[in-house]
Amino acid sequence: MKTRNKILLGIASVLLLAVFLFPLWQIKLGAPQYPEGLGVNIWIHTIKSAHPHNITTINDLNHYIGMKPIRPNAVPELKIMPYIIIFIALFGGIVILASNLKLFISWVIVFAGLAIAGIVDFYLWLYDYGHNLNPNAAIKVPGMSYQPPVLGSRQLLNIHVTSMPGIGGYVIIVSLFIGIYVLVDELWFSKRTKKAKKEKPKKGTVKREAA
Amino acid sequence: MSFFKYLKTITVSTMSFVITIALIGGCSSQQKGEIGNQDAASKVYVAPGQHDEFYSFMSGGWSGNVSVYGIPSGRHLYSIPVFSQAPINGYGYTEETKAMLNTSFGFIPWGDTHHIQPSKTNGDYDGRWVFINDRNTPRIARIDLKTFRTDEIIEIPNTAGQHSSAFCSSNTEYISANTEYSIPLDKPLGNGVDVPISSYKENFHGTVSLIKVNQETGEMNIGFQIQVPPFDYDLGRFGLGVSKDWVFYTMYNTEEAHTLLEVNASQKDKDFVLAINWKKAEQAAADGKGQVVDANYDHNMRDHETGIAKTEVMKQVRVLKPSDLEGAIYYMPAPKSPHGINVSPDGEYISEGGKLSTVVPVQSFSKMQTAIQNNDTTGSIKGIPILKYESVLAYEVKNAGLGPLHIEYDGQGHGYNSDFISSEIVKWDLKTGEVLDRHPAYYSTGHLTVAGGDTRHPYGKYLIALNKITKDRYLPTGPEMYAGEQLFDISGDKMKLLLDFPVEGEPHNAAEIEASLIDSAQVKFFKLSDNKNPYVTRNEHDTKVVKDGNRVDVYMTAIRSHFTPDNIEGIKVGDTVYLHVTNIEQEWDIPHGFAMKGNRNAGMLIIPGETRTIVWKPQSPGIYPFYCTDFCSALHQEMQGYVRVSPANSNVPIKYGTNKDI
Repeated sequence: MKTRNKILLGIASVLLLAVFLFPLWQIKLGAPQYPEGLGVNIWIHTIKSAHPHNITTINDLNHYIGMKPIRPNAVPELKIMPYIIIFIALFGGIVILASNLKLFISWVIVFAGLAIAGIVDFYLWLYDYGHNLNPNAAIKVPGMSYQPPVLGSRQLLNIHVTSMPGIGGYVIIVSLFIGIYVLVDELWFSKRTKKAKKEKPKKGTVKREAA
Repeated sequence: MSFFKYLKTITVSTMSFVITIALIGGCSSQQKGEIGNQDAASKVYVAPGQHDEFYSFMSGGWSGNVSVYGIPSGRHLYSIPVFSQAPINGYGYTEETKAMLNTSFGFIPWGDTHHIQPSKTNGDYDGRWVFINDRNTPRIARIDLKTFRTDEIIEIPNTAGQHSSAFCSSNTEYISANTEYSIPLDKPLGNGVDVPISSYKENFHGTVSLIKVNQETGEMNIGFQIQVPPFDYDLGRFGLGVSKDWVFYTMYNTEEAHTLLEVNASQKDKDFVLAINWKKAEQAAADGKGQVVDANYDHNMRDHETGIAKTEVMKQVRVLKPSDLEGAIYYMPAPKSPHGINVSPDGEYISEGGKLSTVVPVQSFSKMQTAIQNNDTTGSIKGIPILKYESVLAYEVKNAGLGPLHIEYDGQGHGYNSDFISSEIVKWDLKTGEVLDRHPAYYSTGHLTVAGGDTRHPYGKYLIALNKITKDRYLPTGPEMYAGEQLFDISGDKMKLLLDFPVEGEPHNAAEIEASLIDSAQVKFFKLSDNKNPYVTRNEHDTKVVKDGNRVDVYMTAIRSHFTPDNIEGIKVGDTVYLHVTNIEQEWDIPHGFAMKGNRNAGMLIIPGETRTIVWKPQSPGIYPFYCTDFCSALHQEMQGYVRVSPANSNVPIKYGTNKDI
């Protein structure tokens, strides 16, 4: 692996740790009665109110349509996700030390795989919240489900839900893209460089002899 | 002044007034819709969703409360319960708030609020608190501007008809509260309280009280009182800038009359302004001058953590005599029965509303200091030297109208006085007293207020006339109607009438505070985790009903859209039921109400995060529904419950719950 690419991989790995500082994803809920804003932020290890006590408020509103309350402690994925991030970052470090292309390829695959698995898992949770409703709910609209989108906006009764990555989410995206860029560079451009190097072997030989 | 001279002055003033009216408006249609043009409309129009520029705090007079309006729109924003019980939210009815209305006379559910004074820092409003007096039962209240709630009420001993208050010093060091109706005092201050009324001159006394304010908590404590001659102390103001160490009070009845005061207290041509150097008085008190005497007055404070008001009975007060304040207390003569008194923003000019005079006298603080140095006096009363009128006078505002009552300043070199009799506002030059403009007011203005008009740096811009007579200004509402206020634009050379708006009770004065000093610090709701009320219930699992003899404590929660418990049995006739309801919402503007059928008490409003307790003594067996009174949600109607009350001798056990058969 090229030194420059190892530096980039180092940046990607260290950058990844920034997800502990910022929310991964944010879901904003808009309704006329909430000029002050309402929403939740999904962090790597928990779910937090966007404004104080928003989770309580959202749970309070959701009980009318029979949605399960959001309980940050009840999501097991949030307990293991911090370790996954640390694992990917450490794995990146090992790749740099080993300077092994095959190991690096597996880093990219594992990272991308886990990222996709995370999104799918997120979708499944949202599906469950939106569809698995208490049959005794006060408000029942035939055919209506309340699944918030993974990305983008949706009108759910009186609430306009907008879902998008938070800074932590963008951190993962940028980190992964750095990885993919390095991968492409190593597999594609580096081959060309190697070819070029093979065509001028003598210079190096001379230098080595001189040394 | 001879009668003829007086008559002449009145005639001249009235004629000039009539001429002015003729010049300004003439026809009555113009008077009513005077600036019925878009210019005025656009100046008071606050678009939907937009906020006003100023809060106007108006005393409610006999409402006993404080009303809050937005300026320039004149919109009624809120009424703050202070000295009167407020069924609107349970203030003075709930167990948490009842103690606020305790006095040495017992529980008094009503008051007569007069003079609003915002707290100040360096002579300007700081948006921390407003203070207001109760004239009838001498009390001073402190309202917290983060919650718009009355946090404290302190009773003032040795005082009656407490009109001459509440005034605030430049850095809120002291609030001043004085006697209007002098009364006899017990020993050692007087000869006892059970004396003939006719012994007024020997046995009646006035007091000036200076109430120390804690700068961190706002807590008030009477620093000291000063025993003064039995005149009727009417209004007052602390000095500003150069005069900030002084406080000034007007008075009438230097005749010391005790009957038919309208005649007998209006005999002398001059009454007085009492000027006290409060810094020196404070030092005298600190030096142990005067005497600490027995007293009995209540001091009520709301604990912020529990939300519960408690009463402390105070037993002593320090009283100074004028002889303890040599060089710190003076009388300045003022034309006949002066009413309002106001100090100019720089502190140099002190002016009074001459009420029965046709001029507004304006004294000079620097001249007053010179007169003190030169001992330029004309005798003394009970140890208080009288400074010579001419020696302290800066000028008299001639032609200030009839019945001038109050003065305010715009910070642009102008004074404005209100006239009750000639029903107008008069604008004059602060340096010379030359009248620059006058404008009729409808009708009979009492106080007037310029935005920030009693501070070092008035905002100017707006003036409000607080009129005493309403009559035909609004759609009629029978014989009783709200007072009418008039908003003037004073940013130009000529005053322009912009708006009439009715206000509740009788606002005696008002104070406008810049919205930005207050709005961003507002409490939206209370943190449930910080609720230290001993009867709090933080979640539905902890709700319970506890019976101990005839006392039943119901620990209840309210959240959209149910109470827990909402079915209760086992209560018996003869029980005293304490309903402790905690609103466990944590969201802005989702209060819940609580009302119980047949309860000889008020309902109550419970703000998110707060616990409120109402007492209920059921009188006869039956099923008693209760419900939420504040439309909280789409399922608000369903927010209800039942209590079963059984005969006194029944064996029904205590049972309770929500969403289960109990």
